[in-house]
Amino acid sequence: MTAAGLSVEGVTLTAGARRLVEDVSLTARPGETIGLVGPNGSGKSSLLRAVYRVLRPREGHVRVDDADVWSLTVRRLARTVAAVVQEGGADFDLTVREVVAMGRTPHQRLLAGDTAEDGALIDRALDAVDGTALAARSFDRLSGGERQRVLIARALAQQPSLLVLDEPTNHLDIRHQLDVLDTLRRLSATVLVALHDLNLAAYYCDRLYVLREGRVTASGPPADVLTPGLLAEVYGVSAEVAVHPRTGAPQVTFLPGERCAPKATERTGPDASVR
Amino acid sequence: MTAPAPGTPTTAPVPVRPPGRTGLAATVAVLVVLLLASVTAGLAIGSVRVPPGQVWGIVTHALGADWGVPDWTRARETIVLDVRAPRVVLGAVTGAGLAVVGTALQALVRNPLAEPYLLGVSSGASLGAVAVIVFGVSLFGPASLPVSAFAGALGALVLVYATARTGGRITSVRLVLSGVAIAAVLTAVLNLLLLTSDRGHEARHVLAWTLGGLGGVDWGTLALPSAALLVGVGVLLTQARNLNLLLAGEEAATTMGLDVARFRARMFVLLSLVTGVLVAAAGPIGFVGLMLPHVVRLLVGGDHRRVLPTAALAGAVFLVWADIAARTVAAPMEIPVGVLTALCGGPFFLWLLRRDARRHREGGAA
Repeated sequence: MTAAGLSVEGVTLTAGARRLVEDVSLTARPGETIGLVGPNGSGKSSLLRAVYRVLRPREGHVRVDDADVWSLTVRRLARTVAAVVQEGGADFDLTVREVVAMGRTPHQRLLAGDTAEDGALIDRALDAVDGTALAARSFDRLSGGERQRVLIARALAQQPSLLVLDEPTNHLDIRHQLDVLDTLRRLSATVLVALHDLNLAAYYCDRLYVLREGRVTASGPPADVLTPGLLAEVYGVSAEVAVHPRTGAPQVTFLPGERCAPKATERTGPDASVR
Repeated sequence: MTAPAPGTPTTAPVPVRPPGRTGLAATVAVLVVLLLASVTAGLAIGSVRVPPGQVWGIVTHALGADWGVPDWTRARETIVLDVRAPRVVLGAVTGAGLAVVGTALQALVRNPLAEPYLLGVSSGASLGAVAVIVFGVSLFGPASLPVSAFAGALGALVLVYATARTGGRITSVRLVLSGVAIAAVLTAVLNLLLLTSDRGHEARHVLAWTLGGLGGVDWGTLALPSAALLVGVGVLLTQARNLNLLLAGEEAATTMGLDVARFRARMFVLLSLVTGVLVAAAGPIGFVGLMLPHVVRLLVGGDHRRVLPTAALAGAVFLVWADIAARTVAAPMEIPVGVLTALCGGPFFLWLLRRDARRHREGGAA
């Protein structure tokens, strides 16, 4: 697996007259793990959909290794970019292994069957998400967390240079959340991941982009971005942020009793990293 | 991706077949034997019973490979070769075609209730064919009927799809309702055409045809349906993996390299072509495309590389037997085979609906 560079340049996304994402720029150097955080409806999913070439930007460009994703065929792009999306599958009784095998499709010839190498990659992908024991099970009968792990395995089997994930830790218990993020961290591929949990984002991501109402509010290393001021501005919550002595990552502790309005930022003053 | 270079330490080849499922080769072999037996039965059973051994004698004799001395009458030879054989072959071809069309359609609209008859596609094809008969237009010569049936099928399919789809999703309810509504309208137009047509003597014949039946075919009418079946199955087999991708969802399929809009458009044309040609030959026969894919998935799982060939064979076997029943149950009267398939298919459909509802209640994110 190699790593690809990603550059999102002034992208504006619309749905009808509604602006989902406005003038967003974002870069990921090869091998980086980039976290996308922000409240519900802030445009995270839309931005990811633009990266994996489902939403076409109204303005701006998405480039993977300097190639505009819309200049490539769907199949060509699928050999470089894989995605774990939030979309239900249909009710058709595929086994877990068959679902993971789908990830090999962009690499396969029209009529060729799965080769031994495909088989090995499928096994390895399943192993990476602790899913080897699920292989023969029916995908439709899995729990939400098991499904999520299988979909991640499918993306891994695709051997992407850029992996895009929309809330991959949804439905997972804490152990599997850590396992999945550890797996992503170990990949040589570039990773762009939308996460809800700020502490996990802080620990696992090299850099974070904070979205609010379709715009990038802040970006940079987690320690620079996750400040009480920013959390108050973006989420409207009071929080303390300290560097955790053992992990070395910023640790956000929410203070639910002291909820504040998003406007409160004016009083705390703009943080250095807040644009 | 190529095979690993020799000498590189790789993991041992893994069995691609998931455990606990019948092997594809074994299933196909059993079905081929079953199909041969069914065809033999189709040729043997009828008002004049011909022993299976004699059936084989007549068939091999006709193919130019004699075994033993011919011990049958001319009349029997005519019955087997000219009366029953075309009918049995058309049954097998139609059954196979409808089963693969149903399989592919279910993947394309991502809904297990899809079927050419239920979605009004067969009605569209019927209307196209009847329009040619009633108005007597023959723009494409002898191919006018199937061409017009194809156009009708495609029109109906696009219409149903556009009506059923909202916000990128097709719910079972919308799909079935729009299929039923469009089928009703098309059938009404068809009946109107027939009733107001001044070719009254043809109306009765056409009306019988709209119930779906395999009677009255000769060898000449078999060429086109057989060709359509071969093209349909051939192309679908090359696209089996892409059909699998659609099961993952449209966005997911895109991220795995499938240009969904283009693929669906091409598949709609192909499926309409097969449906149109089959309906032009045998009339609209319902529920084969609904039942067979489901039964086959129970046997071999959901992978289209396994489902498509199995469904084709199973569909052929099913319709050959359905036609035997249609000829014999109320002999000497003949029941249209479409009536029989609806008798089995209707309850099956209801069972599927209930299963669908139950799964949703259980909270599977299906």
